[in-house]
Amino acid sequence: MPRRHLARSAGCCKSFVGRRLVTVTLVVFLVGTVLPLGAASSPEITTRDVNGDHNQETPENKHNEHDSHNTSQKAFPVLSVDFDRIGQPFEISLWVLLASLMKLGFHMTPRVSSIVPESCLLIVVGLLVGGLIQLVGQKPPPLGPDLFFLCLLPPIILDAGYFLPIRPFTENVGTILIFAVVGTLWNIFFVGGLLYGICQLEGMHLGQVDLITCLLFGSIISAVDPVAVLAVFEEIHINELLHILVFGESLLNDAVTVVLYHLFEEYAGVGHVTPLDVVLGIVCFLVVSLGGILVGAIYGILAAFTSRFTSHTRVIEPLFVFLYSYMAYLSAEVFHLSGIMALIACGVVMRPYVEANISHKSHTTIKYFLKMWSSVSETLIFIFLGVSTVAGNHSWNWTFVTSTVILCLVSRVLGVVGLTFIINKFRIVKLTTKDQFIIAYGGLRGAIAFSLCYLLDPVHFPKRDMFLTAVITEIFFTVFVQGMTIRPLVDLLAVKKKQETKRSINEEIHTQFLDHLLTGIEDICGHYGHHHWKDKMNRFNKKYVKKCLIAGERSKEPQLIAFYHKMEMKHAIELVESGGGGGGHANVKMPSAMPSTVSMQNIQPKKQPERVLPQLPKGREEEIRKILRSNLQKTRQRLQSYNRHTLVVDPYEDGWNEILIKRKKVIELEKKINQMSNYLTVPAPPPDSPTMSRARLSSDPQAWSVKHDSDGVPSIQVDLASPQSPPDSVCIVDDLAKSSALSAGTREEDGGLMMKPPSSLAVTAPKKDEKGGEQQEEGKEQQRLIRCLSDPGPSADEEEDEPFLP
Amino acid sequence: MMTTRTCCGRQFNAPQYSSWSLEANSHRNNMGAVQSGPTEHEFQDIADRTGFSLEQIRNLHKRFKWLNNHQETLRREDFEKVLNLSLNPIRAKIIQAFFDKRNFGMNEVGLVEEIGFEEFLTVMSYFKPPNKKLTEDETEALRTKKLRFLFNMHDTDNDGTITLEEYRHLVEKLLSTCETLEQDTAQDIADAAMLEVARTTVVHMEPHEVYEGVTFEQFQQILKGIELETKMNVRFLQVNTTTMHCGK
Repeated sequence: MPRRHLARSAGCCKSFVGRRLVTVTLVVFLVGTVLPLGAASSPEITTRDVNGDHNQETPENKHNEHDSHNTSQKAFPVLSVDFDRIGQPFEISLWVLLASLMKLGFHMTPRVSSIVPESCLLIVVGLLVGGLIQLVGQKPPPLGPDLFFLCLLPPIILDAGYFLPIRPFTENVGTILIFAVVGTLWNIFFVGGLLYGICQLEGMHLGQVDLITCLLFGSIISAVDPVAVLAVFEEIHINELLHILVFGESLLNDAVTVVLYHLFEEYAGVGHVTPLDVVLGIVCFLVVSLGGILVGAIYGILAAFTSRFTSHTRVIEPLFVFLYSYMAYLSAEVFHLSGIMALIACGVVMRPYVEANISHKSHTTIKYFLKMWSSVSETLIFIFLGVSTVAGNHSWNWTFVTSTVILCLVSRVLGVVGLTFIINKFRIVKLTTKDQFIIAYGGLRGAIAFSLCYLLDPVHFPKRDMFLTAVITEIFFTVFVQGMTIRPLVDLLAVKKKQETKRSINEEIHTQFLDHLLTGIEDICGHYGHHHWKDKMNRFNKKYVKKCLIAGERSKEPQLIAFYHKMEMKHAIELVESGGGGGGHANVKMPSAMPSTVSMQNIQPKKQPERVLPQLPKGREEEIRKILRSNLQKTRQRLQSYNRHTLVVDPYEDGWNEILIKRKKVIELEKKINQMSNYLTVPAPPPDSPTMSRARLSSDPQAWSVKHDSDGVPSIQVDLASPQSPPDSVCIVDDLAKSSALSAGTREEDGGLMMKPPSSLAVTAPKKDEKGGEQQEEGKEQQRLIRCLSDPGPSADEEEDEPFLP
Repeated sequence: MMTTRTCCGRQFNAPQYSSWSLEANSHRNNMGAVQSGPTEHEFQDIADRTGFSLEQIRNLHKRFKWLNNHQETLRREDFEKVLNLSLNPIRAKIIQAFFDKRNFGMNEVGLVEEIGFEEFLTVMSYFKPPNKKLTEDETEALRTKKLRFLFNMHDTDNDGTITLEEYRHLVEKLLSTCETLEQDTAQDIADAAMLEVARTTVVHMEPHEVYEGVTFEQFQQILKGIELETKMNVRFLQVNTTTMHCGK
């Protein structure tokens, strides 16, 4: 969003810097509650600094410097203090550290975070920190608009834009737009108009507030905030449709807010708006929104085009994504266009092409960085909201504040119900009453409103402090009351929750089939609808755009094949990880390697190899059970951590349910072992197909390869009969291998199982007779393994092992 | 009841009009024929059975007549008139679905050579968005109906399972628009998909057992994630023949 009072905010930034020392003290205090060392160091600094206001501080420091200069004539200062030099970055780091520690802390107390949303807790922390700063006698730093709009907001929006679920978004884009544009307009005029009416009432001492100012306030307070919505909605795991409706609205209403904010701010002095201004406002809205999208799309295409040529410098690939999107945001801001829309457009446009071009690791890096930045930004935003509540000059006016809160709620409900009534006439999937309730109730306000209000010039708007108080109250009301009650309400109303959206290849195939089928049916009945145009777009994309933006072979790759390659890659990684990783929890973790006994032989009847499977001795059964049990515990431990920003998205991003299901499956498996069908067949992966090897080659010279598993990890070949057994064998068996390696004495006894201890273990183990020595060796081997698996080095590693293999 | 008609309803293979203007003329010339077709009463009758609104039926009837050049019945060749369909990788399967007796809800099996308007509508009704709020059970029934339609499209030989061969064929068709495709890729994908079905649906299998193919129950299970009842819908409201000329 374009900011007009840069000079002002720059000033506040300076004062923000000025109070660093106190902040330092406070953060040390806070950390000190965790680490006892804080207590010793903090009082010293506090006493030195309490009386130092910003303006006095600099001369005082200079004086100190001067002093030290004088003393240096006597002796060379062995230790000198020059905090000013590092003050600012130090303070910033401390704030970020505080935010991260807070996040860490909340995840350690799952009981609290299951009741209270993180955003509420963070605001409370901010309030506490602000209060402490005030206690010490300093003015806490407020959430400066520059800090907010230029540093904290973009990562969150980029994260949202880059990972925007395109399909549900495009399918509901009409509804989202109506909510975002018409709904926000309605809110602005309803709230603004009625507030004006209330202000005109006698005895409120608010007579001097004119209509335009009220409408300006309405435009500030009416927009649903993406940060707040994200923070709350991702925790309640609402179904995809509702999530995208509320979240999409919060993203797209930016343009409306920007335009009206500036329009009213401009005309606040003039006092009246001519019809021409209204027309210009509408034109301005189109320019701001479409211009933002255009700027974003241009940068997105540039990013895609750049990523075409990065195959030799993989390391900086992620940087292009971040830089281009940030540039898009800034460029849009330059022209007062909607920066949020630009970021979203940029992320959406570049993603498919960038993902096809960059390496798998770069993709992971992008994911990590986006998640990291956005979660830290979000934490900081909420903490700062709390801090600035303490910091701000408040002027509390009961009438104004309460009527703001009530009017916001009423207008939201009326707006949603009224608009849904219209929208439902056109929707195939109607929005139910429950849906409407959640949409209305999910209209949270947040830091954007606060920053916009903060930007108001106190000279032109004498009531700015009252507005700020009202905005903060509204934010607190929505975040605390609505944010905290929405989860129980969702449960109470039994609103459909989000299903685990791990796409299987079958779903992919059938989704595509369905797309083509619907396009075909639309063509046959001569109706040019959604599917028809989507098909046209896809065709155009495939024919021209992809060729320009994607390097080499992959531009011609249909979606299904790309998906298949991705899946194979994931499998490969999972196999590698399950092989090492200090314990075969892979069979719990991933469904693909689930201990189902179905293998390729069952599918392809042609081959039908006779597999003679050895029987498991009783002891081994016991061991398997033990391993499974320990895995169960591991899962339970893992469950504890709630995390919104988990990184390993696709293969393991499983909610509670899925893990529970898997646990059930593990238990089932245990039962099965009990009944002992005595076969322990191993899920063979799909044969190492040509596409698989191509996927490996094309992605990255250092791509993960299945081979590591077979080479590095001790594995057991279960099937003696089949000559070319799958190289991957299975988690259970791997575990078995490890435990059996530990109790090496029993190795010779297991009749059916033939162990194939590859690599160094095979060579070194027999040489060492003492058990201790061997265990050491085992430990080393494990370490080396883990190291090599955590970052599978160049293939030299493999070759090293090669000679030892039989 | 306009069940399958014999060929005598059609004297000649409808000449393929190449341009819209010709088509428009023929439309006008045949105006009388259109009106002598199904009457309002018949429309109402069909509407009650299929759940389409009268307006939708009128639109679809117009389209039907346009497709088959104002004959009584529709044959496979008529679908060639739809230009966009020729780009569709699964056009053969789509056209097949219109001539599959299983989709007419008569508990019959086999293929027919030509269909009447009612069969056309019946097939279309699989894609009709529900016009009222459905209860839980109705939604489930609708879902099963749509799933059965899809399943029938895949299960070409009507043996109750989608065999590996059929699955491979499906994936090959899906990928047929891609020119630079290795033969194996489609097979690999189909195999992987089949393996996935088997692993998620069949818990245990002896090594010597053979997985026959995807049954309808398993098919339901693997498509649990796709909300067919909301996705598999086409709006039939603005069916319009006059836009055909720009549909190149």
